Amino acid sequence: MSVNRSVNSKAKKSIHYLKTELLGRTSVTFFGMFLIILTISLVFFIASKGLATFIQDKQSPIEFLFSDKWDPIGDKGEPTVGALVFIFGSISISMLALMISTPFSIAISIFITEISPRLGKKILQPVIEIFVGIPSVAYGWVGLTVLVPFVSKITSTLPFVDQSINTTGKSLITGAMVLSIMIFPTIASVAVDALKSLPGDYKEASFAIGATRWQTIRHVLVPAALPGILTGVVLGLARAFGEALAVQMVIGNNMLFPKTIFDRANTITSVITMEMGNAVSGTLESNALWSLAFLLLIISFLFIVIIHKIGAKGSFIK
Amino acid sequence: MRIKPQIADKIATTIFNIVAGILVLLLVFFAGYLIYRGKSKLNLDFLTSEPNSIEAGGGIGPPLFNSIYMVVLSMAISLPIGLAAGIYMAEYAKPSKVTKMIRFCIEALASLPSIVIGLFGFLVFVQMTGWSFNLLSGALAVSLLNLPVITRISEDAVRNVPLSVKEASLALGATHWQTIVKVMIPCAIPGLVTGLILTSGRVFGEAAALIFTSGVSGYPLDFTNFNPFDSSSPLNPFRPAETLAVFIWKVNSEGTAPDARTVADGAAAVLIICVFIFNIASRVFGTLLNKRFAGKTNN
Repeated sequence: MSVNRSVNSKAKKSIHYLKTELLGRTSVTFFGMFLIILTISLVFFIASKGLATFIQDKQSPIEFLFSDKWDPIGDKGEPTVGALVFIFGSISISMLALMISTPFSIAISIFITEISPRLGKKILQPVIEIFVGIPSVAYGWVGLTVLVPFVSKITSTLPFVDQSINTTGKSLITGAMVLSIMIFPTIASVAVDALKSLPGDYKEASFAIGATRWQTIRHVLVPAALPGILTGVVLGLARAFGEALAVQMVIGNNMLFPKTIFDRANTITSVITMEMGNAVSGTLESNALWSLAFLLLIISFLFIVIIHKIGAKGSFIK
Repeated sequence: MRIKPQIADKIATTIFNIVAGILVLLLVFFAGYLIYRGKSKLNLDFLTSEPNSIEAGGGIGPPLFNSIYMVVLSMAISLPIGLAAGIYMAEYAKPSKVTKMIRFCIEALASLPSIVIGLFGFLVFVQMTGWSFNLLSGALAVSLLNLPVITRISEDAVRNVPLSVKEASLALGATHWQTIVKVMIPCAIPGLVTGLILTSGRVFGEAAALIFTSGVSGYPLDFTNFNPFDSSSPLNPFRPAETLAVFIWKVNSEGTAPDARTVADGAAAVLIICVFIFNIASRVFGTLLNKRFAGKTNN
């Protein structure tokens, strides 16, 4: 009898445990694992479509990356899928955007942490948060209605721009300007975190030996926070590289290499946006567009690896 | 010639002040410009009438409704999953290879360009299911975008619960799971709500992931039809549904109505006003809930 009773209470206990702990624990664990499954299947599906260009259609990956002959339908004979124009466009527009945005973002982050933390917290950080929340089509729309006419006026006065094709104002530099506003919140907020996490001793030591605030910022704080700031820059670069619609609206979607920054251009994301809707599934054109999407995926994973490398290198400061 | 350090310091300070001023002006200009250009359209008729692709005078009723419906649907999908994953990461995950792997996956998902997510949605939720463009596919794609964000928000919110609160509950004999559900989550609600409202704002403005999933069409809708299985009912999730952000993008690239630009101006003004509403709401709710749930310990 007593054995029976103890078995019974054990069973009750385990049912109680099941209800109050195990069930919940198992289900949240499942959803944690679900993220892994999700990521793997995402990579798998995009890779399987993206690699079809090279496996089924027997196109050379080298040519895909380094040739500028994009003619997947074969209007001019043998179909070719050289995507260099788009890759070049994506790289140059992101680099231009970084060049405009980085100094500005670092200055803002220094203002917030060093010049006026009170105004920084009350005004600038909320402003940055609103900038983060503005949708990319809104950026694109302002770019289209403000920057495009403005750049058009400038290009029509410049002697080195081919007036016959490039007076629309849609150009590499227009896209870069729009992007620079979009990525500055990313760079600035990461830089703010980096500067805030520095030990107070650095600043005090620098002031104690008679350095001015500017000297302290330039020679102590920014160098010490550099790994964090660089992380922000790479995150900004990743955002610029992957942005589709805002860029597509103002870049002009030209299939030729831009000769100057005032020329129309094209990016990986904007060619996908423009052409994927028309491409028939399974054709070389559609497959090549999927290859571009796969390339975007690989590059965005590469950015993560770079960020981890920077983080690991910078850790001696902490 | 060397500039005196004190003068260099003054110059630098001035420049920093100017840059900060430029930033604030930029936002004022940006929002002011959009609202100013669209203000003639900010009336009830524009907000409720159907878009018109041929004649002048179309409104943004259905796209606006679709955007809101999209937020609701995608939150209904991604919130439970993200919250569960966040709880797992904050409370149960042990430092192991699997945990590292999940962390990498969250980071990887978060860094993917939304156009790539859109294409994945196009492939899996549109082509493979054979549903063609529809609202639910769009909501699923946007949920993929949200998932890493919500997971992070939930993890942070749960982690920020003071240890003393958790220990008090465990000491009373509650299991770990009971502690999470009955003590920690209520404590974490202010942080959760703030983050979730901001995420909703992001869904509201998302377009790149939706062009190839929920599509660029979707009217006419009959707003008196409440049968979710009828194709003209706004509640039907299996109909093509162009959202407000997609609408603005489309008007720009293929607008045919003579007043396409003014319509887009109005739509952009509505979009930017909604962004402000989301932002203010997250602040107001955050402060209110913090007072209500967290008491004095959080200050």
